Amino acid sequence: MKVQLKVWRQKNRNTSGKFVTYESPDLNPNMSFLEMLDVVNESLASRSEEPIAFDHDCREGICGTCSLVINGKPHGPHKGVATCQTYMRSFKDGDQIVVEPFRAKAFPLVKDLVVDRKAFDRIQQKGGFISVRTGSAPDANSIPVPKENSDLAMDAAQCIGCGACVAACKNASAMLFVSAKVSHLGLLPQGQPERFRRVKAMVDQMDEEGFGACTVTGSCEAVCPKSISLDFIARMNRDYLVALAKGESKKPAAGGV
Amino acid sequence: MAILNSNVPSGPLATKWENHKFSSKLINPANKRKYKVIVVGAGLAGASAAATLAELGYDVHNFVFHDSPRRAHSVAAQGGINAAKNYQNDGDSVHRLFYDTIKGGDFRSREANVHRLAEVSVHIIDQCAAQGVPFAREYGGLLDNRSFGGAQVSRTFYARGQTGQQLLLGAYSALSRNVANGGVKLNTHSEMLDLVVVDGQAKGIVVRNLQTGELTRHTADAVVLATGGYGNVFNLSTYARGSNVTAIWRAYRRGACFGNPCFTQIHPTCIPVSGDYQSKLTLMSESLRNDGRIWAPAKVGDKRAPAEIPEGERDYFLERMYGAFGNLAPRDVASRAAKTVCDEGRGVGATGLGVYLDFAESINRLGEDKIRERYGNLFAMYHEITDEDAYKAPMRIYPAVHYTMGGLWVDYNLMSNLPGLFVLGEANFSDHGANRLGASALMQGLSDGYFVLPATISNYLAGQAPAKRPPVSHAAFAEAEGDVQKRIQRYLGGKGKRTPSSFHKELGKIMWDYCGMARNRAGLEKALGLLGNLREEYRKNLSVLGEAAEWNQALESAGRVEDFIELGELMCRDALEREESCGGHFREEFQYTKEDPEVRNGLVNPGDVKRDDTHFAHVAAWEYAGPDRKPILNREELKYEEIKMSTRSYK
Repeated sequence: MKVQLKVWRQKNRNTSGKFVTYESPDLNPNMSFLEMLDVVNESLASRSEEPIAFDHDCREGICGTCSLVINGKPHGPHKGVATCQTYMRSFKDGDQIVVEPFRAKAFPLVKDLVVDRKAFDRIQQKGGFISVRTGSAPDANSIPVPKENSDLAMDAAQCIGCGACVAACKNASAMLFVSAKVSHLGLLPQGQPERFRRVKAMVDQMDEEGFGACTVTGSCEAVCPKSISLDFIARMNRDYLVALAKGESKKPAAGGV
Repeated sequence: MAILNSNVPSGPLATKWENHKFSSKLINPANKRKYKVIVVGAGLAGASAAATLAELGYDVHNFVFHDSPRRAHSVAAQGGINAAKNYQNDGDSVHRLFYDTIKGGDFRSREANVHRLAEVSVHIIDQCAAQGVPFAREYGGLLDNRSFGGAQVSRTFYARGQTGQQLLLGAYSALSRNVANGGVKLNTHSEMLDLVVVDGQAKGIVVRNLQTGELTRHTADAVVLATGGYGNVFNLSTYARGSNVTAIWRAYRRGACFGNPCFTQIHPTCIPVSGDYQSKLTLMSESLRNDGRIWAPAKVGDKRAPAEIPEGERDYFLERMYGAFGNLAPRDVASRAAKTVCDEGRGVGATGLGVYLDFAESINRLGEDKIRERYGNLFAMYHEITDEDAYKAPMRIYPAVHYTMGGLWVDYNLMSNLPGLFVLGEANFSDHGANRLGASALMQGLSDGYFVLPATISNYLAGQAPAKRPPVSHAAFAEAEGDVQKRIQRYLGGKGKRTPSSFHKELGKIMWDYCGMARNRAGLEKALGLLGNLREEYRKNLSVLGEAAEWNQALESAGRVEDFIELGELMCRDALEREESCGGHFREEFQYTKEDPEVRNGLVNPGDVKRDDTHFAHVAAWEYAGPDRKPILNREELKYEEIKMSTRSYK
């Protein structure tokens, strides 16, 4: 099979970008989408044209490095599947495929399809942790956790931090990402002491980074490669209201020392 | 010749670590902050080390080439993490975990290190549970366990099929907390390209900013490398595409010895290769072998669909060959058995390089829902890649490169022969000998980072005057940066035609064919010739487009691939020199045959690996001798004080 690619090319964030069209070499339907880009890049390099820059690493759907908006949808056509686990058999011979970066004010562009998602790290640093020093932990079985809570916490903890939720949202909101972390820790007994400081600090940083507001349209859940549920946003909103009612200070929870 | 002193403390095995911690030097809290420590890498070992050193008060600077520390490839580990908790009351103990691990490694690891690993394992689980790692639990709220290869007890803790992800996010959260409070300065998109050695001691690194191309020098009182393994020397592996050997290779070129480079783990249960465009292989977790049975058709050339092959015409070869451990035989044993079956012409799938991993019996016994709960994400991943439903038909699997037991040589303190250079996790050679057991990599990474290095680094630092590290204007920094500059210019100035990735493919094929699951003298010698030619060709015919001062992925891989080619030569040399078989290192010339008493006594099967403890009970620590010169082989004899090296039997 062959496809036509319409790819966003942009040298860096100070220059303007544009779509460039490429005809792919002959492809095998069992190739992954990223392997298709590898093959296209090899053919570009053989013509001394600069390869298309794109982010990728584990190629098994867990590291969250790969991104790409494929035909208007972050991570491509399938529900609950990241770009790196999308295979060319999902497309037809002769298809035109439009490939763009994750676009959001808080994700500045690096080159072509690569964006900088460090804003997520900064949100995490404000409170996405339980303050426990190495060596001070009690025996792991000394605090039982109901299986239902643990399973639900795991559902939230599966978030891979790719940013597809932001790319899909018309407001570039990061609520699904933040709520996944807040819920994961907030559902566990170990996370209770910092529960309300955490949610306040992380939401404040999210706003600071320039992510937009949530209007619960649910596009984030629809594109999430780990199918993180919108319910976690509701859970975070509850915790956030409680935090406000409790008068959690503006001062970030960061550090825990 | 390098001086290799293992610095294993004296005294009984079970008290060495406690005694060592007590006799280690301490640094007072006011002085700790004057010591600057560079940690390269933020996987399980790097992130846990950086966070814990910062908690202790050191001035920690963490460098990662990813955009975020959460991307490190520890994230992809699926199955679990071992610990000698004995929560199952099934007879586990620190000593049993120690013995299983050292036996699993085919008696080629350091006894005292492995015992320490088993001791520390119990604290890791406590630490992670306290951080909020959502381990699998039973209805009573306590932690659940599963079984892994090479063990007859259930001691593996897990978080669905994403244990590595959850442990990494735990370590990342600890790191994030310490970034926020100023204890760790985090540098992302920052790739270490050289180690700076001043007066024989590691005192800094040279870093390239991947976004801007800018080179910077960083000085420190000690440098910690936690940069992972080098399995991508085979090009196709279960590693992330970005995983590379560059940090430890450049340290090797500056004088750090490389221990047992040929010790490679080939994992038995991966999705088979489908075509030459392939960029990576995907693991199907070893945990699947708890409920899946491995088989191949008994008859050569049987091309029927699996469902049409009656029970009597199937060969459950692991259960047949290794009765006591069956489908939970260790990885090297299971991989070689699968290879043998395929070499006999009994392999399945279009390429004939595959065997079945069948869940039909477990689904009948437990129901599909139970299997889905245990392994749902793995079955989904299998479906995405192969377009096949493993609930309905067995998975097809084949061995693939998964881990490297070799790495930079370190002593009991995790310090290399270069004073001031510490190496953690998969990047060092230490604890797994010639074969790593499943669920032991996560244990080692976190053991090194949370518990071992924080206790041992002071032994070195206490001997260094506080805040007396060399300035970055020192000649050694200028020289290292100059070397990196020249290298970059050489890549960009090349007038060749081939991309780094085309060389990488060629390298991978040579390594897999001659230094993979089965090795022999003729093949290794041939590989050395081919690799020499490849290295020459690389110098003449490389093409790298783009510029130095920008995001340039081709330039990044140019350096990594050249390092891999050089490493490939060292691996072949090491494999050639080690004239025995042990663990994952299988030299065809050294295997058990029908005539051996061990086979007649039912201890091993013909074709199993045959060690030579008289001549090879040592760590081969290779020392760089300059470009185009044969490296020097140093040996650390493995002295076992409490256990006896014995024939490894899983029958």
